[in-house]
Amino acid sequence: MAAHRCSLSALLLIICSLLVFIVADSEKATLTGDHHATAVDNLQTVTETEEGAAAEEPAVEEERRWEETVVEEATADKEDTSAPETVVQSSVPQPKDDFQEELVIRPLHSGDIYASFQFRTLWETDFMRGNKVSHYRLFPKSLGQVISKFSVRELHISFTQGYWRTMQWGQPFLPSPPGAELWVWFQDSVTDVDGTWKELTNVLSGIFCASLNFIDSTNTVQPSASFKPLGIGNVTDHRFLRYATLPREIVCTENLTPWKKLLPCGSKAGLAVLLKSEKLFHSSFHSQAVHIRPVCQDWQCKTTSWELRQTLNVVFDLHTPGQGKLEWSLFKMFSRTLTEACPLASSSKIYIDITDDPQGEQFEVSPATHLLSQAMVLGDRRTFSVYDLTQQITFGTVRSLNLLIRWKSSEGDMLRPLLHAERYVAGYGLQTGEIHTLMYNNHPYRSFPVLLLDSVPWYLRLYIHTLTVTSKGKDNKPSYIHYQPSKDRVRPHLLEMLVQLPPNSVTEVTVQFERALLKWTEYTPDPNHGFYVGSSVISSLVPSIVAMDTNSTREQPLFSSFFPCKEESSYFMRVYTEPLLVNLPTPDFSMPYNVICLTCTVVAVGYGSLYNLLTRSFQIEEPSPGLAKRIANIIRKMRGVPPL
Amino acid sequence: MAAPLTLLLLVAVTVRAALYRSSLADLISERVEVVSPLTAWKRVVEGLALLDLGVSPYSGDVFHETPLIIYLFHFLVDYAEITFMLADVITAVALYLSVKDYNKQVFRKQKYALEADRYPLDCLELIRSPKEMQYIPLKVAMFYLLNPFTILSCVAKSTCGLNNAVIALFVLSTIKGNSRTHSSPAEGNSIYPLTLCAAALLYLLQRQYIPVNLRRFSFWWFVAQYAFMYLGSLFVIVGLSFFLLGSWDFLPSVYGFILSVPDLTPNIGLFWYFFAEMFEHFRLFFLCVFQINVFFYTVPLSIKLKEHPVFLIFMQLAVISIFKSYPTVGDIALYMAFLPVWSHLHRFLRNIFLVSCVLLACSALFPVLWHLWIYAGSANSNFYYAITLLFNVAQILLVSDYFYAFLRREHHLSHGLYLKRKDGSEATLVLK
Repeated sequence: MAAHRCSLSALLLIICSLLVFIVADSEKATLTGDHHATAVDNLQTVTETEEGAAAEEPAVEEERRWEETVVEEATADKEDTSAPETVVQSSVPQPKDDFQEELVIRPLHSGDIYASFQFRTLWETDFMRGNKVSHYRLFPKSLGQVISKFSVRELHISFTQGYWRTMQWGQPFLPSPPGAELWVWFQDSVTDVDGTWKELTNVLSGIFCASLNFIDSTNTVQPSASFKPLGIGNVTDHRFLRYATLPREIVCTENLTPWKKLLPCGSKAGLAVLLKSEKLFHSSFHSQAVHIRPVCQDWQCKTTSWELRQTLNVVFDLHTPGQGKLEWSLFKMFSRTLTEACPLASSSKIYIDITDDPQGEQFEVSPATHLLSQAMVLGDRRTFSVYDLTQQITFGTVRSLNLLIRWKSSEGDMLRPLLHAERYVAGYGLQTGEIHTLMYNNHPYRSFPVLLLDSVPWYLRLYIHTLTVTSKGKDNKPSYIHYQPSKDRVRPHLLEMLVQLPPNSVTEVTVQFERALLKWTEYTPDPNHGFYVGSSVISSLVPSIVAMDTNSTREQPLFSSFFPCKEESSYFMRVYTEPLLVNLPTPDFSMPYNVICLTCTVVAVGYGSLYNLLTRSFQIEEPSPGLAKRIANIIRKMRGVPPL
Repeated sequence: MAAPLTLLLLVAVTVRAALYRSSLADLISERVEVVSPLTAWKRVVEGLALLDLGVSPYSGDVFHETPLIIYLFHFLVDYAEITFMLADVITAVALYLSVKDYNKQVFRKQKYALEADRYPLDCLELIRSPKEMQYIPLKVAMFYLLNPFTILSCVAKSTCGLNNAVIALFVLSTIKGNSRTHSSPAEGNSIYPLTLCAAALLYLLQRQYIPVNLRRFSFWWFVAQYAFMYLGSLFVIVGLSFFLLGSWDFLPSVYGFILSVPDLTPNIGLFWYFFAEMFEHFRLFFLCVFQINVFFYTVPLSIKLKEHPVFLIFMQLAVISIFKSYPTVGDIALYMAFLPVWSHLHRFLRNIFLVSCVLLACSALFPVLWHLWIYAGSANSNFYYAITLLFNVAQILLVSDYFYAFLRREHHLSHGLYLKRKDGSEATLVLK
């Protein structure tokens, strides 16, 4: 046990040190990125001078530098680092709250389009200090009240329809499992965490019009290592953490509408006008999320502010076979075009990922933009074209922005994601089964550890002694296992383990289970559809693609590239596997009365026969007199005459 | 007599060892008829694995054995097969010895009664001869060891075999008459055998020639002594479990699990489907009714059979194995081992042929209907349920038939075999 604890603390230490490295790195990347941007700038300056629009140049340059900072910071956040926020604008007197919106569009190798909206509200306030916060400007009041009433430190909720296909689409910016996922860190002042959690889920259920009220103790777990706070704060006592998924939850318009209402501009202006449900839900993948966490206000972290990040990710399947040309536009995807930024937003931008096509060979974007930006996203250096919606010039003469991408060729290979996972149930029949989880490490030469979290409902009784972890045909003993067995109708199984994935390998985790027969009222209305088991969560620090890239070292000075550049070498990644659908044996729902009657009859047969033998005694059977004789005897008795 | 017994033991061990080595062992250990959530070997291994992980085995709902079992197998897990074979052998030998002793006493009593001329004259054909009684102990051992139910239970490593061994030792110590040292049957992971203490008490009273008379001081003194010993040993065992584990977690997990029946895994008993289909607000009521049902028969049976405590033990074991919450075939095998002891009742049995046919047919149909329901999907739960109902009805008929035959023989022994009516014609006996 001590060894386990040691390894856990070692892991924490590693994560912390990486955190520091990444923070340091983001500075450096900013500088180099700036350098690069200046180069691009110079190039553009030439073109622009040719066009005779030299007057705009200083503004553009300033814009570009600013751009870099923001993207870097956003990426750093995604990498689970809680990097301190950089000062947004130093010259303008800072308002207490701030709203930013952005849309990232990435053409995927499969021909689909990935659009990711992020809306961020920052508010320098303190919900916890006893004084009631009553004046709300940009921050939604409903969520603010939730934070202060339930002493929430961090709240992450996501609703997802569809499954993210990592092998075809690469990594999402914000991963989420199918169905609903909710995880909350409470303040350490909360005494009755379970009670607060129950109330909170019911309140959120109302706010988001979702079935979060089905979250109870049977699907809530307290992961010990997989979910760490993303904001500031160093309390990592997992007693204050609750994690639950509802893999069965269907996400639709009724969840989108309340989500949109949390935005300062609603769906009236800004990027949110694109969020029309008839298009959004006509897609291969849809995921909307709300993340609330405390972040630092400045470098010294003297004051904290609350960050509300609303994200919406959607993958459109625009690929229609047989149709010769491939193209998409904002209008085609969302059936809307953009006319303005949200007036309350301090920044409003659209990014288009053009990394795969820097020379414009594979696709062309129109209207063309002169703003480029580079960022480290999920361990990869990506290039984006930027459209700033706060600039009137972006909308051009027609006063409406309709981005259009036309594919020229569909070549190009996607780099396989370094880590991905899949899961299935093996076995036949309704008595037992086996859960197989396959984790792929596609890195050619580096091994890395992953944390696997499995939360299995109690009616699949796991047998932990059948747990096997094999990679490359050999037994791969997990260095840390945290297992909490289930209690019938009370709590689920929780299995967390730290597994080292060898390079270029598949690691298979199997565990056997037994299917329970439930009470007839515990089945869902469609019992033969099966029961869902939530996704496994795989969290890991993955060696980055940039560090793997040997070409990049050529352009750098020789003295800088002898030791492998550790700072860039890893990034945090979370992968969700497929949810499972498992059939359970069912009783016959139509005959509770019959069963009660029949079983009671058998018990009565037992009781009756024993009762007979216990209470009666053997007697000689005397032939009973005939009916006429008996009647005669009764009459004779009444007459007082001796009977016959 | 030792040679045939040794031979029998060798045969029994060989059969088991052969089955352990065959591919059937895995199949058998998954059968719901053979293992219940309470006795499954898989769950014992799981408990040990949890202990190795540093998790209390009772924090989950998989392990329901007593702490004694887990610490026993902590040392013996590598020798589990030998342990289970040994348990069966111990059970068989204990039953052999106790039946031998019991038969001696029966014969002695019969001799006294004959000398005192207490039997009616026409009852001579009911008198048991030493010749026919000679092979009964061996038959008992054989009935236990070679019963397919016992073999299946042993091959599946169901801890029911250990329970049976404890109960058999309890019976042996009772019949040997040393009330001071006898082990408490609560040692097994079940609370139902507690009802056996009534029979044991009656037997010991009889042996010490203390009449069951509620007004006599000597009777109450002996009862108090016995109760003290019994509760004392019970307390020692529970206390030992507590000190082994360091917490009381095992009480709800073992005894609460037996009484509240949360696990509805199908088995050969009456509980699982009944409580799967029960209306929620009647659950507690019916749970109480069904559990009381097991203990309920103790008092009337003790009163009716106060002269025949060994038959009472047989009746109790049968009632427990029919009405307990998680029965397995191993429980049935234990009371069936006593059937040869009552071979002299065969002339009074009414429907033994029918009952044995039904029992055999049901035993064959269990796996068939299970396969149809769980694997083929062409049948539903009602099919399996119907077979459990029929199986239990057959058991009830078997037990009540033996009870009837026993009572009737006793009646004949006091009233004569060929009874006449008042008018002199041949009479038939009825229960009134």
